[in-house]
Amino acid sequence: MQISGAQMVIEALIAEGVDTVFGYPGGAIMNVYDEIYKQNSFHHILTRHEQAAVHAAEGYSKASGKVGVALITSGPGFTNAVTGLADAYMDSIPLVVISGQVPMSLIGTDAFQEIDAVGISRSCTKHNYLVTDASDLPRILKEAFYIAASGRPGPVHVDIPKDVTAQIAEFDYSIELNLETYKPHVKGNPRQIKKAMEAIAKAKRPIFYLGGGIVNSNAAYEVRDLVHATGIPAVETFMARGVLSHDDDLLISMLGMHGSYAANMAMSETDLVIGLGARFDDRVTGKLSEFAKNAGVIHVDIDPASISKLVKADFPIVGDVKNVVKEMLESVSLINPTKYEAWRETIRNFEELHPLTYHEDSDRLKPQWVIQRVGELLGDGANISTDVGQHQMWTAQFYPFTRPRQWISSGGLGTMGFGFPAAMGVKVASPDKISINFTGDGSILMNCQELMTAVEKKIPVINIILNNNYLGMVRQWQTLFYNKRHSQTDLSVQPDFVKLAEAFGGIGYRVHTKEEFDAALRDAVEKNIVTFIEVIVERLENVMPMVPAGGSLFNMMLLEKKEKK
Amino acid sequence: MQDESARRVISVIVVNEASVLSRITDLFSGRGYNITSLTVAPIPDSRYSRLTIVTSGSIRVIEQITKQLHKLIPVLKVYEHADLVEKEMALMKFPISENITDIATLCAAYNGKIVNVGDNVFIAMVADEPKRVENLLKIISKYNPKEIVRSGAVALER
Repeated sequence: MQISGAQMVIEALIAEGVDTVFGYPGGAIMNVYDEIYKQNSFHHILTRHEQAAVHAAEGYSKASGKVGVALITSGPGFTNAVTGLADAYMDSIPLVVISGQVPMSLIGTDAFQEIDAVGISRSCTKHNYLVTDASDLPRILKEAFYIAASGRPGPVHVDIPKDVTAQIAEFDYSIELNLETYKPHVKGNPRQIKKAMEAIAKAKRPIFYLGGGIVNSNAAYEVRDLVHATGIPAVETFMARGVLSHDDDLLISMLGMHGSYAANMAMSETDLVIGLGARFDDRVTGKLSEFAKNAGVIHVDIDPASISKLVKADFPIVGDVKNVVKEMLESVSLINPTKYEAWRETIRNFEELHPLTYHEDSDRLKPQWVIQRVGELLGDGANISTDVGQHQMWTAQFYPFTRPRQWISSGGLGTMGFGFPAAMGVKVASPDKISINFTGDGSILMNCQELMTAVEKKIPVINIILNNNYLGMVRQWQTLFYNKRHSQTDLSVQPDFVKLAEAFGGIGYRVHTKEEFDAALRDAVEKNIVTFIEVIVERLENVMPMVPAGGSLFNMMLLEKKEKK
Repeated sequence: MQDESARRVISVIVVNEASVLSRITDLFSGRGYNITSLTVAPIPDSRYSRLTIVTSGSIRVIEQITKQLHKLIPVLKVYEHADLVEKEMALMKFPISENITDIATLCAAYNGKIVNVGDNVFIAMVADEPKRVENLLKIISKYNPKEIVRSGAVALER
């Protein structure tokens, strides 16, 4: 059929099964917004900032496993969205972000709201397109969705000049894609898998190193089967929280800079690292030359460039982790799960020596308690988003995750302001679960305008602000490594968070005690409106344990031991 | 380590489309890899272009470059050459007062000749292995060349 470029955008979104689009209109994208006005096939959620539109699309994608879609205008609309694109790129989140552009005739003339959008997004997207003719649009949009979701997922940006959205051309979405140069490798090499399984059978102290790729490939339940069938203990990366349930006997904990002592020691003492969809990020490995020094490495990843990038793999396996793990399960009888009892005992000893814990030794509430308490009260019933900083690490350490896609956080880019809009996207994708955003007094101000979106669209995100009147994580580093010179991190001057929430039509609570917190959380869940629960917490609490940047995993700063009262 | 600075030649076959060259060069600059020279031209009778990139780095770095290039959507193939025929061209401009016979003889030894003569200057060219071109350019410097332009290397696997 002959339709306009703008209509093609709508038709393509419908054909892709999109039910929600996050966005913000503006001059160059108006033709598309005019078509959105006329249609009833999907919801459009107007965020109050383009960055928030992309983060919401990320949250939606992470919770649902589907491609997230955001729609923005040219110039500042696009540049505001760049942080979201970069965030999605670092965390391999499939997005299609469509931006308006000035008309073709004005490109290159420094026109109003013109910016070289594809030039900017090139280094922070999996792929991008500038559409110069509406007849290319069906193919480009179809490719965009396919590229975003396949292989190692990532954001794809499509920039459409205003005249192209007005241009009439033939629309046929049933075209076959012919991407001769893009063929993701999804099936692992069977011989390599067999060799890897033999290596596991021979190992004395093997360890599963589980990464976020498992969540992306929807392989968590296959991985659980593999872990249980082999009896081999597992550590999770920050991105992999929820792959194993928190109460799984074989789950040690998170590893890395703020990983548990046991997880980091196990990683240091292992003789075989079985990496599944993890990328040996610097926050995980610490000092590379000391990382799992005496161990062989099996590395399963869909991205060949991730393999042997930082740690040399002895058994590289390129493939979708779900396929590979399924194939591993077929020869799992090679492995005798009783064989690792001594190794598991060693790890239990590490856990007993320095358990992941904190001291309740101050008048003010401890932030860790708040997170644990939410876990006790809501547990599996909540999806957990966070912003970035201390609260984020404490949530990763202390929340009792039970399932994949329960945990939504900005890992690679570490984007303050991610949490609230992401939690909105999570709620839209998963309305039956309570959507919590753990945040800090620093982060929440970086997208607090989204209160308006949440009120208008009735998206009842519960924002739990762990308020220590500091940019806590930077303050912690200043305390530890800059001789307590707390440069520009004291946030003693703050808005009234209760009134702030109320000003937009949400609900605010300020709590100082455990009783007040329980009451506020219960009320927030009942009221089912967007809320800020401001929790006044201990100001100088540090995230422990900690591997200082560039240090070795086995050289951790530990929580001071205290006599039990 | 001698390995660290080793010179490598990589050929990349890409879809000949808008901004594909920026994708390649952005990848090099974004990830901190070196480009010594880069040439690009369409492959006859196809929708592809061929880039020849001369770079340097350890085996590990080159492996990463190769993999990262492969990840770019419009990249069809990446070869890191081991056994190859490699050629580079150079054009040199001299004042007319310089010894044209000497220069022509020298250039002839490097598959070259005088290609243009004007009132005040003449231009010579050579086409040879990059190392030999380098060598010639050293020698030729005593004839006071006003300008020199090198094409960058192109290469084919044997």
